[in-house]
Amino acid sequence: MSTRTRPRAHPDDDTTTYREALREGLREALASDDRVFLMGEDVGRYGGCFGVSLGLLEEFGPERIRDTPLSESAFVGAGIGAALAGMRPVVEIMTVNFSLLALDQILNNAATLRHMSGGQLGVPLVIRMTTGAGRQLAAQHSHSLEGWYAHIPGLRVLAPATIDDARHVLSAALADPDPVLIFEHGSLYNAAGTLDPAVHQVDLDHAAVRRQGTDVTVVAYSGCVSKALEAAEELAGEGIGAEVVDLRTLRPLDDATIVGSVRRTHRAVVVDEGWRSGSLSAEIESRICEQAFFELDAPVERVCSAEVPIPYARRLEEAALPQSAGIMAAARRVVG
Amino acid sequence: MPSLGADMDDGTLSQWLVHPGDRVARGDVIAVVETAKSAIEVECFESGTVDALLVDEGTTVPVGTPLARIGPSAEDRPTADRPPSTPLVRRLAQDRHVDLAAVHGSGPGGRITRADVEHAEPELEPARAPERDTTAGPSEPTGTGIRRQQGTESARRRRSRGGAEAKTAPTARPPRPVRSDDSTGQRQAPQRAKSSPLARRLAAELGVDLGEVTGTGRGGTVRAQDVRSAAAAEGAPQPAVPDVARAATARLMSRSKREIPHFYLSTTVDMAAALEWMRARNRELPLSARLVPAALMLKAVALAARKVPELNGHWGVSGFVPAEEVRLGVAVSLRGGGLAAPALAHADALSVAEVMAALKDLVARARGGRLRASETADPSLTVTNLGDQGVEAVFGVVYPPQVALVGLGRIVERPVAVNGLLGVRPVVTATLSADHRAADGATGARLLTTMEKLLQRPEEL
Amino acid sequence: MATAHGGTSAGTPKAKSPRRAHAPAAPSRTPAAAHDLDLLRRMLLIRRFEERCVELYSAATIRGFVHLYIGEEAVAVGVHQALDERDAVVSTYREHGHALARGIPPEAVMAEMYGKSTGCSHGRGGSMHLFDAGRRFYGGNAIVGGGLPLAAGLALADRMRGEPRVTCCFFGDGAFAEGEFHETANLAALWGLPVLFVCENNLYAMGTALAREHAQTDLAMRAASYGMAAWAVDGMDVHAVEKAARGAVESLRAGSGPHFLEMRTYRFRAHSMYDPDRYRPKDEVEEWKRHDPVTGLADGMRTSGLLDAAALEDLEHRVAEEIDDAVRAAEQAPEEPAEDLLLHVTGRHEEAQA
Repeated sequence: MSTRTRPRAHPDDDTTTYREALREGLREALASDDRVFLMGEDVGRYGGCFGVSLGLLEEFGPERIRDTPLSESAFVGAGIGAALAGMRPVVEIMTVNFSLLALDQILNNAATLRHMSGGQLGVPLVIRMTTGAGRQLAAQHSHSLEGWYAHIPGLRVLAPATIDDARHVLSAALADPDPVLIFEHGSLYNAAGTLDPAVHQVDLDHAAVRRQGTDVTVVAYSGCVSKALEAAEELAGEGIGAEVVDLRTLRPLDDATIVGSVRRTHRAVVVDEGWRSGSLSAEIESRICEQAFFELDAPVERVCSAEVPIPYARRLEEAALPQSAGIMAAARRVVG
Repeated sequence: MPSLGADMDDGTLSQWLVHPGDRVARGDVIAVVETAKSAIEVECFESGTVDALLVDEGTTVPVGTPLARIGPSAEDRPTADRPPSTPLVRRLAQDRHVDLAAVHGSGPGGRITRADVEHAEPELEPARAPERDTTAGPSEPTGTGIRRQQGTESARRRRSRGGAEAKTAPTARPPRPVRSDDSTGQRQAPQRAKSSPLARRLAAELGVDLGEVTGTGRGGTVRAQDVRSAAAAEGAPQPAVPDVARAATARLMSRSKREIPHFYLSTTVDMAAALEWMRARNRELPLSARLVPAALMLKAVALAARKVPELNGHWGVSGFVPAEEVRLGVAVSLRGGGLAAPALAHADALSVAEVMAALKDLVARARGGRLRASETADPSLTVTNLGDQGVEAVFGVVYPPQVALVGLGRIVERPVAVNGLLGVRPVVTATLSADHRAADGATGARLLTTMEKLLQRPEEL
Repeated sequence: MATAHGGTSAGTPKAKSPRRAHAPAAPSRTPAAAHDLDLLRRMLLIRRFEERCVELYSAATIRGFVHLYIGEEAVAVGVHQALDERDAVVSTYREHGHALARGIPPEAVMAEMYGKSTGCSHGRGGSMHLFDAGRRFYGGNAIVGGGLPLAAGLALADRMRGEPRVTCCFFGDGAFAEGEFHETANLAALWGLPVLFVCENNLYAMGTALAREHAQTDLAMRAASYGMAAWAVDGMDVHAVEKAARGAVESLRAGSGPHFLEMRTYRFRAHSMYDPDRYRPKDEVEEWKRHDPVTGLADGMRTSGLLDAAALEDLEHRVAEEIDDAVRAAEQAPEEPAEDLLLHVTGRHEEAQA
C-alpha cells in the first residue's frame, strides 16, 4: 500500500512527506498555470507556518508567492475578488481557528455569489488551512471545524489523508469552478510514504475504501484515517473485519460509497475529530440511517472529540481526541 | 388500564383472553375492557410470558392501573447473561452446532473464543427445535387449524376460548421474575424483544416470527444472524412447527370425514363480467389498493352465505345453529406447512375494497404468525382457494363444526357458448362440500347459484 | 457651473451618445449643456425609479428589505462619469442607484425586485443583490463592508495582469467602522491596488449618527493615514462628484495606488423603506432636502438658461415611460420555476440530492 502515512523504517529511501507532497502539488500548479498564485500569512519569506511553501518564493517570486498582512478577511476576500476576475488564487490560512476571521468572506461571498447572482459569477478559489489537534497547541490552534464548512452549500470541502491525496489534491481543487477548502491535518505534515508514480490524479469525488472488511464499516477522514486503520489491524486479530472508508471529500459527501459499505457490513462506526454535537459524524450517521436503515444490524456508533476546548497537556489532549482504542471499542460494541 | 379515549377516566376489565404462563407477542389482544362507551379489545405492547393478572374480571380500575405483568419469554431469558462472542465465533458455533449459551468463555470478560467453541461438544439437534413443540400459544399460526369450538356464543366468548386453549399448552416454567430487579446487578431484561432494522427486514422476507427468535445482540437484541439461524432451523428436515400443524390438521380432518356425511356440488362460473369490472376499478385505484379476483369471489360467497343461512353456522349437540354473522374463514397455506383459516368478520357487510384490504392483511399476518386470537376463532363458513396452486377444482373437507366449505379453482379461459354464440371466456370452477346432516343438495345448489349470479353483477357486490 | 467640470468633459467626446440621440430640443446645445441634461436624466431615472419602488413596496408587490437611494443620486451618477466598461463596480445593499448608473437596464433591476427570472440575478438576489457580470457589476453586497475585500481582489487581478482597469467600491460610513474596511484599505495601499474607495457618508449607519459611532468623524483624514490619496467631496453636487472621481480614476489608471473619496451626502428616506426616523430630527432632513442633487442641478440649469419647463417636462415624461416599461415587463416576466431552485449553487456538482 503506497499511500500509507506512517513513518517508514528507512526514511532515506524515496519516501515523501505529506508536507512535501502538498508542496509538490503547489509547485506543479504554479508552474503549469500563470493564473495560479499563493497568498497568505508568511507563505513567502517564512516558508509557510508549517513549511509547506518553503522555497516557492525563490522559485516563483513575490508576485505569485504573496505574504499578506494579518488580515484574514481582506486576503480571503481578495482571493475571492481575484477569482471572480479570472485568476486561480490559492489562499493559505494558518489554522482553521483563524479562518473564523474570514468566515464572512467564505460564507457570505465565496459560497454565495454564484447563487445570489443567478449563476453569473463563479468563485474558483482554493483555500488551504491546517486543522486538527495532536500537537499540544491548545484551544485556539487545534480545533476541527471542517464540519462547519461542510454545512455550507456552494463550498467543496476536501480532507486529504494520504500522501497521494495530498500530492494531487490541489490540481483537483483548481479544476473546480467553485470555492474549494482543503483541510490539511497538522499531525500529518510529517507523515511519510511513497508516492505512487503511476498516479497522476486522484478521484476526490469518491470516498476511498482504504481497507476492506466484512463486519463493520469505519468511516473516517483526515487525521483519523490512520487511527482507523490501526484499529482495523488490531480488530482483525480478534476476528472482526473492519472496512475503513476515507471520506476524502466532506462536501459533497459520497453517500454511495459510505452506504454501499454499510450495506455490506451492516454495522458502522463514524470517527470524527470534530465535537459530537451537530457534527459531520451526525450527518453521516443520519444518512446511513436514512438510506440503509433496514441494513443495520446494530446502532451506529460515533467516536468524536470530547466536548471540550482542546486542552494543552498531552494526557488531556490525548484523552480528548478519538484514538484507535476508542474506535476498536466502538467496533466491538456494534459487532457484539 | 390503557387510555382508550380522551375522555376515559377508568374502565372495567370485562374479560381476560390470556392466562398466567401464556406467551404473548406485541400486538396480541389480551383482554376486553368495558368503557362508558363500548367494549374495546386491549392489545399488549410487550412480548413475553404473562406472569400474573393483576386485575380480576369485572373490576373497574382507573386509567394507568397495571392490568398484568409480562416477563421475558423463555427464549429471551438466557440471553441476558449471554457471554460475549465475536461474529467469527458465532459463525463457527453455528457451523458446528454448538450452543454458545452452554459454552464457558475463557477470553477477557468471559468472551467466548474460537478455542472454546472448538472444544465444546456439538448439540445433537438444532438449538431451539424441541422447545417450539411446547410453546404453541395464541399467536402460533399452527394453532388456528385446530381451534374449533362449538356453539354460537358471542365473538367475545369465542376469543376467550382461544385463549383458554392456549393455556392448555404445557407451561412448566416458573413465573417470570419481574424485570425491575436490577439491584442484583444483572443486566435488565428488555421491555420487549428488541431487533435491529436489518433483522426485522430479514424476518419479514424469510417469514420468521421475531418473537420466536433468540437475540444475541446487546440486551438480547435480535440481529440479522439470529434471524438467519432461526430461518435455517425452520427449514431443517424435521421442523417442529409443521408437525404440530400436521397433527392438528390430521385430527380435525379425520374427525370431519368420520362424522360428517359430505356431499359435493360443482358449477362453472363465467368471470368475464367480474374481471372486466375489476379491471375498470383497478385503473382508478393506486397500486396498493388494486383488487384481485379472489376478493370479488370471497365477497360473492359471503353474500350468498347470508342469503342461504342454512349453510352458514355450526353443527352442535342440538343440531345446526345458524351463525349471527358471516364470518368467512379463508384457508391460508403457511410457509412452514400446515393451514390457517383466519376469519373475515362480517364479510358480507364489507365492500369489495375492504375485503381486499382485509384479505391482504390477514394473509400477511397469518404467514407471519401474527394473527389475533379473535381472527382465528370459529368461522361460520370457510372458503378454500387453490387457484393459485394451479388446479381447476377443489373438493374440500368441511371444517367441523362448520357445515360447508366453498372451493375455488383457477380462473381459466375456456370456450363457452353464450346466447348460442361460442366464445372464449374466463371461467372458474366453484365447488361446495357440505354436511348432509345440516342441509340437502338443493340448499347447496342455491348457495352456489346465488354466488354465480352475484358474480355476473359485480357492480352490486 | 458648466465650467466646474469643463476641464474634464470639454476635451472628451461624449461616449454616451445613444442617450443623447433622444435628447429633446434644449435651449442650449453646447456639449456642456448636453452633458448636464444627461446627468439630470440619469439622476431623475434613479429618483423616479426609487419612488416607484416605494409605491410597489406599499402595495406588497415587491418585498424583502428595500434600501432607497433617494437623496444620494449625485454620487452614483457623478462617479460613473469617470468609469468605463472595463472597470469593475462593487456595491452595497443600497445599490439600485449604482446599478442603474452602471447601465443595468431598469427592467432587469425591476424584474429582480419582482423575483422574476428576467431579473438581473434571476430572482435569486432581490433588491440587495443586483449583479451583472457582463457590466462587471459585482453586487449587491448586504454584509456591511463585505464587498471591500472583493474589490481589492478584483484590483489585484488587474494589477497582476497589468490591466489598466479600476475597481470602484461603494460603501458607507457604517462600513468604515468595520475591520474589513481597515484590512482592505491597508492591503490595497500596501500592494498599490487600483481601487477607488467611494465612501457614501450619509451621516447615519442605519440609525446611528456618525458622531455616535466614530471617535474621529473626519473619514477622509483617517483613510489618508493608510497611505492613500483621500479627500472629502460634496456628495450633493453631481459636478463636484464627477470632477473628484475623474481626477481619482485618472490617477489610478496611472498606477498611483488606491484613492479614497468621502462623499458627504444624505438619504432623504428611511434606512430601509419605512422606519420611524426617531434617530434624526425632522428639520435636519428638511435642511438637507434643500440641497437635493436633482432639483439642485435642474435649478442651476434653469438659472443658466440651459433648461426650460417644457424640456424638463419632456425629460420627466421619458423617464416615467422608461419606468412604466420596466414595471410592465417585470409584471409580465415569468417566475423562476421552483424546480430550478437548486441551480447555481455549484458550477460543477449540482448537489440536487433529493
